Parts: sequence; structure tokens; C-alpha cells
Amino acid sequence: MTSQVNSTAEQADGALVGEQRTTGEGGGGKEVRRLDRVIIRFAGDSGDGMQLTGDRFTSETASFGNDLSTLPNFPAEIRAPAGTLPGVSSFQLHFADHDILTPGDAPDVLVAMNPAALKANLADVPRGADIIVNTDEFTKRPMAKVGYAVSPLEDGSLEAYHVHPVPLTTLTIEALKEFGLSRKEAERSKNMFALGLLSWMYHRPTEGTEKFLRAKFAKKPAIAEANVAAFRAGWNFGETTEDFATSYEVAPATTAFPAGTYRNISGNLALSYGLIAAGRQADLPLYLGSYPITPASDILHELSKHKNFGVRTFQAEDEIAGIGAALGAAFGGALAVTTTSGPGVALKSETIGLAVSLELPLLIVDIQRGGPSTGLPTKTEQADLLQAMYGRNGEAPVPIVAPRTPADCFDAALDAARIALTYRTPVFLLSDGYLANGSEPWRIPDVEDLPDLSVQFASGPNHQLADGTEVFWPYKRDEATLARPWAVPGTPGLEHRIGGIEKQDGTGNISYDPANHDFMVRTRQAKIDGIDVPAVETDDLSGEAKVLVLGWGSTYGPITAAVRRVRNAGGHIAQAHLRHLNPLPANLGEVLARYDTVIVPEMNLGQLATLLRAKYLVDARSHTQVSGMPFKAEQLAEVFQEAIKEAVND
Amino acid sequence: MTETIAQGPTQPTALSLVPKAEAKQSMKDFKSDQEVRWCPGCGDYAVLAAVQGFMPELGLAKENIVFVSGIGCSSRFPYYMNTYGMHSIHGRAPSIATGLATSRRDLSVWVVTGDGDALSIGGNHLIHALRRNVNLKILLFNNRIYGLTKGQYSPTSEAGKITKSTPMGSLDAPFNPVSLALGAEASFVARTVDSDRKHLTSVLREAAAHPGTALVEIYQNCNIFNDGAFEVLKDKEKAEEAVIRLEHGQPIRFGALAPDGFGSKGVVRDSVTGDLKVIDVTEEGTGGVLIHDARNPSPTTAFALSRLADPDTLHHTPIGVLRNTERPVYDTLMANQLDAATEQQGKGDLGALLAGNDTWTVVG
Repeated sequence: MTSQVNSTAEQADGALVGEQRTTGEGGGGKEVRRLDRVIIRFAGDSGDGMQLTGDRFTSETASFGNDLSTLPNFPAEIRAPAGTLPGVSSFQLHFADHDILTPGDAPDVLVAMNPAALKANLADVPRGADIIVNTDEFTKRPMAKVGYAVSPLEDGSLEAYHVHPVPLTTLTIEALKEFGLSRKEAERSKNMFALGLLSWMYHRPTEGTEKFLRAKFAKKPAIAEANVAAFRAGWNFGETTEDFATSYEVAPATTAFPAGTYRNISGNLALSYGLIAAGRQADLPLYLGSYPITPASDILHELSKHKNFGVRTFQAEDEIAGIGAALGAAFGGALAVTTTSGPGVALKSETIGLAVSLELPLLIVDIQRGGPSTGLPTKTEQADLLQAMYGRNGEAPVPIVAPRTPADCFDAALDAARIALTYRTPVFLLSDGYLANGSEPWRIPDVEDLPDLSVQFASGPNHQLADGTEVFWPYKRDEATLARPWAVPGTPGLEHRIGGIEKQDGTGNISYDPANHDFMVRTRQAKIDGIDVPAVETDDLSGEAKVLVLGWGSTYGPITAAVRRVRNAGGHIAQAHLRHLNPLPANLGEVLARYDTVIVPEMNLGQLATLLRAKYLVDARSHTQVSGMPFKAEQLAEVFQEAIKEAVND
Repeated sequence: MTETIAQGPTQPTALSLVPKAEAKQSMKDFKSDQEVRWCPGCGDYAVLAAVQGFMPELGLAKENIVFVSGIGCSSRFPYYMNTYGMHSIHGRAPSIATGLATSRRDLSVWVVTGDGDALSIGGNHLIHALRRNVNLKILLFNNRIYGLTKGQYSPTSEAGKITKSTPMGSLDAPFNPVSLALGAEASFVARTVDSDRKHLTSVLREAAAHPGTALVEIYQNCNIFNDGAFEVLKDKEKAEEAVIRLEHGQPIRFGALAPDGFGSKGVVRDSVTGDLKVIDVTEEGTGGVLIHDARNPSPTTAFALSRLADPDTLHHTPIGVLRNTERPVYDTLMANQLDAATEQQGKGDLGALLAGNDTWTVVG
């Protein structure tokens, strides 16, 4: 996901590349095949530790140097009833020897820890794929819970797949019998056994996981060693058992990445780091007022760890107090942030309106999830765009910035801070659950290269009255940006009062004058409309495209992967992606007008398309999906192909 | 200024971090150039005058004083103070002030709110500010009515009150703000009356010196929609029986003077129920009268005192400082954690943070 380089490989399907060989020593002469990419899905019960297993495999893969993209998928319940379909938790990982853009459409390998995991995920698994099942769980009761009358391992229903039946639980308990653990305790390590097996299958480095386990269970060394033993047992099982005759190599993606130092990073972590970096670059203390909500809470957790950066985090009594405290801190001169998801934005709306009226810098981070109401707390969606755009009383314009990939959340946070500080305005940062929890390699930026966000507080009078008196006017604006001065308490001589009531231009005093209100409403709008955002770039290599696909936010990966497929199949299609939703880039109207057909894929019912149609009178064609899951590249490619066909026939 | 309890690293007193004024100040310094727009005769004028008159006594740099308010008649207050100020949105002033006070400990932050603003729409923020003990001084103007929306009953209106929205009488049981604050374990709770400038000022003085959240309920007359609501506390003769003036360290006595110079009524603890009750003090019977102890760490007796008042007649209404205790102040604790984190981990290094522990290098 690190570059937009056009590559044929995104559509490759786990193809063999290069040579096959057999291992000489110790491997029992097993075959090793080289693949260009693999998609693995770990699936199990919520209590089986699948997210941890996926995270560890991801770390191993990242340190090996593959490009990767992940898709954690878990229920909102912390522990849904064990062994049931609603309790299934999964983690999908796509890794490759080249540049990739998505967590993959369909897994090449499914690890199913129980019957529920098999049943819930089987529909996504293409025929011919490998399925590793924990046979110990395929007993009468667990199967009955999900409606298997006969074991799918025995009734022939899995004949189209390469099924590897492994008694994971038994093998784990056997491997740990010297540790003196209870059966229940020993069983818990079965995810590490599975991780060990998969690590063998794909030649992953193992030191990181062993180090991780020892650190995680530092206070319980016996448990740490048991997990390490289970992990090694899984590895050895792959090495020795005949069922696993082949292991696979996926070479590091050396050519896909520009030179630099890399790490793996999730969207919420990148966003948190972006906020800390913004505070440093602005030389302002970072203040977070927040209330826990999925999938945004991890940002609160992360920032809470970094008090040594002068970061203050305040867990408020509710969403309203979270943004209230942030706004209070902004008045006091902090880089203020509130983090939330859609339902929280609804509660914060009135305070966002106040921030618009006060014209103070404030970042509102919305990690979008499925709605309406409580909706799908752990699933992704892009349906808060119009809420961010219009969800307030009165004319209350707010700039909107949307990151496109997990790592891009870092840059987007800095950009949102730039706009907030330069224009003294609340700014929406619209991420989503897919970006928040998904991860990818990130080229670590040099701190010296980060943008300068320094601000100038007001320090003295800025206006001369007719009689020559020098005064401070809190609403006298900068001519270029229309921003008002930021005069923080503690500055002598600039004492002033601001509020949500309409203010007189310049003085900021209460004013109910009709002409003044009309002027102030238009001026606030003009300030937002005038924000400096870069032109949108169009990727139209052939110059022959009649169809433009325009996206925003986290659909970047699937859209770009689909565009590659179309081009590899000989189709002509142009692509553009919006980071700034308000204001829209100045050249967007001209870009839209250039193409016969404009397709706008969104994980909502066409919110950006609605905005585009209203603003540009363009026949933007909406393609939507609100399943709580990201688009699949293959399906998008079909939609694009269809549009190209129609455009050509016209 | 009160000394404070040390909790871990030293806890400063309420105003020790706020810069002092360079020159002597007068009431005039705290009047803004804005025309005051309350109804003629409103009790808010008296409170404004008392606060403007009291501020010079603190001797603080006025640029380091901030008044934050919500919505309602009283919430226009910040516009009239020549300090920094914010007139925010309905009920949310405590949360905004919390963000300001916790990020800027060099400020003296005051919240001005009303009974509807603080106890109805903003009830949640009020109790949480009190429980956290943020360094805020909250002035709650209680007129027992909604004035700005023209006369609906408020959460402190007496049950059965006939108003525009309750033509057959209000069905709500009222809040007693002092009881509520004590229940939220506020460290400083006081009540005073708009018309008694001397008392009001003395309460402000103690509130300003208090480290942590101070809640001051000010009974305030709305002469348009609820005129005379507190008349029984103001009329000299009636007040003698109605008002219980509390003073720390003094016996809780009120009413017509007894020969010993104190009131002829006293508050005692009922030996059977454990509750408080009012008795006629006889010469033999003064021994059981409670001595007011605002510094009692337990809020139990203060709460019992707050319950003596009859919500309808206001008889036996205690005024003064009911509770003035010291406990850790939120913003101090927050600052201490930042210091401790820096001490333990060193000052944050952004480059090291971004790099993390698990990296790989691609050579171009």
C-alpha cells in the first residue's frame, strides 16, 4: 500500500513465481514453493486470541519485509456466547513480494479454530484454497451450536478444498504436559500452536514472537514459556508431519518500497502519532478531551501513554464534555482534539457549532462505523460524511479531511491540524473502522521533514479607533486567510469576551443587526471556502479513459487495486481520490467535466455523489456498499469494466 | 488563603500559580464597556456588583481571570466583566471550564450558571466537575424559574408551581443544589443570597481561596417571573426564624437572641434517629447544639443540615459555607502525572516514538 505504482501483481492469484526447490537438511526433503502473495485468514471464537495471532503474524511479516495489509473483523460483544456464529472473530492478512493495496478479497488459507469459524467464513474461501481446522472442536456439541448435523470434515462438503485436519487442542496440551498447567490453561496456547504452524508454512521469522511472549507474560514466566513451547511445537509439527508437504516463501518486497526505514502501523496508531507530531510542530501542548467509543478508543489509550510529550488526556463524563473540555483548552491556547465515532459526533454537534462561531482551532476525529444509531460498532462505513458536512444548526461550515490508508492517517492528522491552526476553525478528520484497525508498512518520516505548523498568538492591539485609541478587536480578520486573532488568556490588554451569540464584525460584541449577521454568515463560509487545499491529481496514464472513478477515504485501496485489474485487462480508466471533502479542490469541477462517466464508489448510499451532483451538476454515478466491510477489488473491477463498456458503446 | 493537604508532590493553593496584578485594582477595573442588559430590578445586578467589588481584593492579574458561562439570564455575566470570558452553550460551561483549568493552571477560572443551566441540561457536567475537584469556582444563580425563556418552572421550583408550562402545577420534585453538591462529594459547598452583599462577599472570599471546585449557590430574585421567591429569607423579621447562618466553629443557633447572645433556636442531633432537628434552646439545653464544622471530612452532617430547609417555605434554610474540605485537586494531579512521566521516561522524543521497536530498512 505504499505507492501507486502500476503493478500486474495485485490481481495475481497466489501465482507461483520463480523456482520450486526442496529443503535439504532437517526438512524431510519437503518442497518449498515461492509465491508472490498470500492471503491468510485466522478465524476462531472471540476467546481464542485470533486478533493477537493475526497481530503477531503481521509483525513477523512486516519485519521480514513483505508489503502487507490487514483486516481485523470482530464482534462488538467482548465475549459473545462461546462457539456461536456471532462470537466468531477473524483476522485477515495479505502479504506480498510487491506493492499491494488491500487486505485481499478472498483468503488462500483459512485457519478455523472451531466449527463456527468454519461456517462463518467458508463462503469467502475460494475452491482450491487451504483450510486448516482444529479437529478437536468438531465434536457433537460445538457442531450442533452452528447447525452441523454431520461433521463437514466427513460428509464430503469440503472436497473442493485442501483440508488439513489438525487436532490443535490435543497437540497443544500434549506439548505443554511438562509445564504442570491445568488442561484449561494449556488449551489457551492453541492459538500460538496455530501461529507456529503458519509461521513454518510461510517461513516467517520467529524471534520477534518469542520475544513478544516473554515480554507480555514477564510477570508469569511459566505461562510465557508455555506459549513459546506451543509456538515452537506448532512450527515443528509443520516441519515433521506429512500432511504439510509444502511450505511457501514470499520474498521481501524490496522493489515495491522506496528506500527508508519502515515499520508496520495501524490507522489509529498513525493518527495518534500524527496528533503528537502536530503538537510538536505547532509548539503547542496537545489536549485530548474524549469519551470511550469503538472504534476510536485506541487513540485515547495511545495518547494517554505519552504524557512525557506534554500530552494531556481527559476522559470526560460524556461525549459533550469531551469536546467541551477540548474547546476550553483551545481557548487557552492548546492544540485541542476530541476523538469519537458517529454517535459521538451527533452529541458533539452543538459544541462544534460553538467552535465555528468562536472561530477557535479544534480537531474532531471521527472514526466512522456502521450506523445509524449504535449500528455496527466494530464494522466500517463512510456514512458520516454528510453529518460532518451539514450536521449542525445554522450555517456552520467545517473543513473535512479524510485519510486514505492506515499510514496516511499520520499525514492527514498533520494536515487537519494545519487547517485548524491556520484558519482558526474546527476541522473534521474522517477516518473509519477499516483504516483504524487495519495496518500496513509505513516509511518512518524524518522528524526534520515534518511541516512547520507554528502559530502566532495575538500579543497587542490590532485596531485603531477613529479617535486614535489602540484597541484589540477579537474578530478583526487576517486579510489573506480571514482567520481571526487567537488571543489567549494571560495576555495583558487583550481581555475580551466571546460566545455563541452572533458577534459584530471586528469588535466581537453581541450584535443582532440583520446586515451584520448576513455579513458574518457569509464571511465564515468564505473563510472555509478559501482554505488552501492542493489540486486533486488524476491518474490517467493512457489519456484515453472515458470513465473516471472518484473516491474518498478508505476506499482508496480497493479502488486502486480494481483500477489496476482493469488496466491489466486492457481497459482505460482514470482515477482520482479526494483527501479534502470541504472545501473540495478547486480543479475538481474541471476534472469531472473531462470524463463521460464519473463513478463514485462509497461505503454509504451515495453521500459524496450527492455533494458532487449538487455542486457541479455532474451526472456522478454512485456505486455503494454498506455491509460493514470494505469493497472487494474484484467486484469493483467488474463495475468499472461495465461502465467502460457502456461509455464506449455510447 | 488556606493551607492544603499534600498528596504526593505538593499541591498549590487555589491561586498560587496565578500571576498577581502589578498595580492596585478597583471595582472599575473589572467593569467591561458593555451595557448591562438584565431587567431592571434583577438580582443579577447585585451579584455582578458584589463580584466586581470583590475581585480587586484577590489582586490577580485580570488577564489571568476567566469567566465561563452557559445559557440563561445569569450566563450573560461574562460580557460585563473586564476579564477574559466565554458565553458558551446551555449547560456545558463546567466542561469547557474544566478543559481550560486543567490545561492552564495559571488562570483563575470562574463558572457562572443558573438553576436550569447547571441542574437541568447541565446536571451531568456539574456533578462530574464536583467529583473531580477541578480548580473551578462555580457561581450558581438560583432563582427557581426559567427567566430567559419567559417563565417555565425550573429543577429547583417547588412542586405544584403554576407556570406557563405547568398551568395545573409542576409535577417535579425540586433539587436542593446544596444537597446535590454534597452528594457529589464537592469539597466546597456554600449558599448565599443576592441581597446580602456582605455575606455574599465573605462566601466568595472563602470560595476563591479554596483549592478545587467550589460551588456557591446564590439565591437570586427574578422580579419578573418569580418575584419574592426568597423574601422570607430577606425580610428582617421573617429571616430571623427562617435563616440558619452557619459559621465554622460556632454553635448552630438562630432565631431571636437568647440571653447568651446566640439565637434562641439550635440544631441538635436526634439521639433516636440520628437526624438533625431544630429545638428551642433553654438555658439547660445548650449542650446538645451542634458546633458547625465545615472542615469535617465526612459530608454527612453537612448533608443533614442542607435537608433542614423546607422546600416550599424555605424555613430553616442554612446559609454560609456548609463544607470546606481539602482533597486532591484534579488539575494538580494531572500536572503531576505529566511531570512523573517525564521524569520516568525522559522528555518525549518524537523520532524515537515514530520509529518504535520493530523496524526494517529498505536500501534503494
